[in-house]
Amino acid sequence: MGEPSTSPKSAVSRRRFLANVARAAGGVGALSLVVGLFARQAQSLPAQALRPPGAGAESDFLAACIRCGLCVRDCPYPTLGLADVGEDVPVGTPYFVARRAPCEMCDDVPCVKACPTGALDPNLTNIDDADMGLAVLVDEETCLNFQGLRCDVCQRVCPLINEAITLELHHNLRTGKHAVFIPTVHSDKCTGCGKCERSCVLETAAIRVFPRHLAKGRIGEHYRLGWVEKENKGESLIQGIVDLPDRMPDKLGGGLK
Amino acid sequence: MSAKTNPGTDAVTSKGWLAAHKWLLIRRAVQLSILGLFLAGPLFDVWIIKGNLTSSLTLGVLPLSDPFILVQSLLAGHIAAASALIGAAIVLAVYALVGGRSYCSFVCPMNVVTDASRWLAKRLDLPKGWQPARETRLWILASVLVTALITGVMAWEMLNPVTILHRGLVYASSYVWTVALAIFLFDLVVSRRGWCGRLCPMGAFYGLIGSVSLTRVSAQNRTACNDCMDCFAVCPEPHVITPALRGVGTAVGPVILSGDCTNCGRCIDVCAKDVFRFDLRFHNDAPKGERQRGDETVSTDRHAA
Repeated sequence: MGEPSTSPKSAVSRRRFLANVARAAGGVGALSLVVGLFARQAQSLPAQALRPPGAGAESDFLAACIRCGLCVRDCPYPTLGLADVGEDVPVGTPYFVARRAPCEMCDDVPCVKACPTGALDPNLTNIDDADMGLAVLVDEETCLNFQGLRCDVCQRVCPLINEAITLELHHNLRTGKHAVFIPTVHSDKCTGCGKCERSCVLETAAIRVFPRHLAKGRIGEHYRLGWVEKENKGESLIQGIVDLPDRMPDKLGGGLK
Repeated sequence: MSAKTNPGTDAVTSKGWLAAHKWLLIRRAVQLSILGLFLAGPLFDVWIIKGNLTSSLTLGVLPLSDPFILVQSLLAGHIAAASALIGAAIVLAVYALVGGRSYCSFVCPMNVVTDASRWLAKRLDLPKGWQPARETRLWILASVLVTALITGVMAWEMLNPVTILHRGLVYASSYVWTVALAIFLFDLVVSRRGWCGRLCPMGAFYGLIGSVSLTRVSAQNRTACNDCMDCFAVCPEPHVITPALRGVGTAVGPVILSGDCTNCGRCIDVCAKDVFRFDLRFHNDAPKGERQRGDETVSTDRHAA
């Protein structure tokens, strides 16, 4: 320590020290890259894997969930499970598959209460506010109600019946004289519990729950719906337009005769 | 060194088998009990502890959380709720008392795997293999933390074989054996004591706690050492013994201060001369009457050896 810093010995040791630091930093960088890339790849969640109620966006959830499984233990149904090694879901994180076992929407939300880290948002006290996903009637070609039959099961099992799923009457074009009752999901009410998917009587469900970002479209920010704007304003947006009479032909193709 | 195949033979002769395996037996009992407590719920519906080693709830009141995991979570951008933070504080306090890497030797389920691997390697007389620097685990720890910070997720927890193993055991995962087997084979044929001793960032984290923790192994009776080398042979981190044991006649005290020491107590077991015992890190003055003996017999040439 006492020797002057310019001595060859200390220069060598300084060089070695710097080389070691550079090597270590390189090693840390390389390993971080590998782990980081792996983590990035492993983050994509399959569409049928749904998170428990109160889980936020997937990237936030993977920062907050420490994979202890306490939510799984306090789930009174066989719904929640932890992802096994080799599954598509990040290992050890809780999820459920609606077709196997949906969320039963417990009033006291025991899974959220069990979470020690707040990965499941403790502010979620009313299960009807949960947002685990969004039900979508994905296959109109097989859905029995679309064929004009009265299955109605998805609507009947919905915990928010006539709010999250309603039956909308439409004309039955096949018979020409009957109605079809179209199960219609309302995204502002649907919690994504998956009871509709679970109960769909088809061999493969025609209604399925997807994570909301996969299920929901978004209208462009610039887009304005004229009739909504008109209603908001209470009158036509542009005044003083001369409304010319619509010219209708007397009969089709009449002008060519 | 003598060609003894089984370190601890002298200790068994002088102290009896039970006393020469005391801490090993205690350690296995603790490991099994902890795993048993976690498994009692899912297997027999006796819910004393819920959760796993990353976070658990004992008897519905006592939260315990792994501070290593929570540090990753914090760096990934999530401030954990009170329950997890209190749990981590309790765990930190406990290991600050009993020794940081007591986690490795008394709690971690991977220890049983790597000890089994070491046992078999010894039977088969396999070579040491790849031996990266012991500091490697600290750099891996740094990588783990940097990755959490940059990716914003707990990236390491997608790979961490320790948490995957324990979680897999408690939650009856079908493929958990793959992780155990991978580490077993790595230690067996690639790198002797490679996982726990060189790479595991969790061990490195608890080692940092260990470098300030209260309970330590002390070579209190080091003047009685007859250089049988049995303690070095059984120790998973033999470099930690040297300064304390070989410090006779120097200013270096008898307490093993290195955080790398796992407090497993095997050195206490296998020493026929009862050189080692558990002690507090502050009892680190050279024992009385040591200096004179040190002057004559234990000299510098032993250090050179």
